[in-house]
Amino acid sequence: MTSNNQTEIIAEPGKQELFIKREFEAPRELVFRAFTEADMLVKWLGPCNMTMRIDKHESWAGGSYRYVHIDPQDNEYGFHGVSHEMLVPERLIRTFEFEGLPESGHVVLETARFEVLPNERTKVTIQSVFQSVADRDGMVQAGMEYGVRESHQMLDEFLAKQLVN
Amino acid sequence: MALQSRRDVFQAIADPTRREIINLIAFNPLNLNAIAENFDVSRPAISQHIKILTECGLIVIKKQGRERYCEAKLQQLGEVSNWIEQYRKFWEGRFNALDDFLEELKTKNKKP
Repeated sequence: MTSNNQTEIIAEPGKQELFIKREFEAPRELVFRAFTEADMLVKWLGPCNMTMRIDKHESWAGGSYRYVHIDPQDNEYGFHGVSHEMLVPERLIRTFEFEGLPESGHVVLETARFEVLPNERTKVTIQSVFQSVADRDGMVQAGMEYGVRESHQMLDEFLAKQLVN
Repeated sequence: MALQSRRDVFQAIADPTRREIINLIAFNPLNLNAIAENFDVSRPAISQHIKILTECGLIVIKKQGRERYCEAKLQQLGEVSNWIEQYRKFWEGRFNALDDFLEELKTKNKKP
């Protein structure tokens, strides 16, 4: 079942930051756990058609993490960072670096805020601050490439089904 | 190659003066002098910005008699918002999976 809650991306031209906003039909404590507990993260954080492996997961301040997404061709996409703050159940601050870039050092500062809404609902706002406008736009581009790859895979599956029938 | 030219659109609008130039001529083509009057920077600097915007396809220059008018081509900007839309869909996919998972957890919690 998919909710009617819309994901909102705010990325003003020429700025080094972007915001991702989304509301959820669950109380804040539960949503916060889904963002911080390893066995819960693997259920949803992997892009569709990819499996997710957690090499390291320390949510507490000063801890570090490394996650790997694996596509059906066994290509691995790793990212890692350090947790700066875990204020249960309202705020997470951490660094984030995608390992697939041509050079290292393009680090993002991420802050996730969890707000209580009426009727046991929760609003999540993720702010990502990049080192440059080019870094931010490059990340948006990578997201697009993921999307294109996924839709190609769906097309492949669709065509494969047509052949069988 | 196609990706490179799209990236240029981002670079074009990354500069605040260039964004103001686009806003200025979005609905109303103007010649270079009229554009330059709106800014404190030098005319050659405005010329340079317009050159970049032209190279990225965000502006076309049309001759009318002796005057050269700069006209905004905003379709290119649509590509920028299209990128963001793809990125949004990427997150939407994740969050839909999270919705399902949260629903599952809530159901489990209700059971004694």
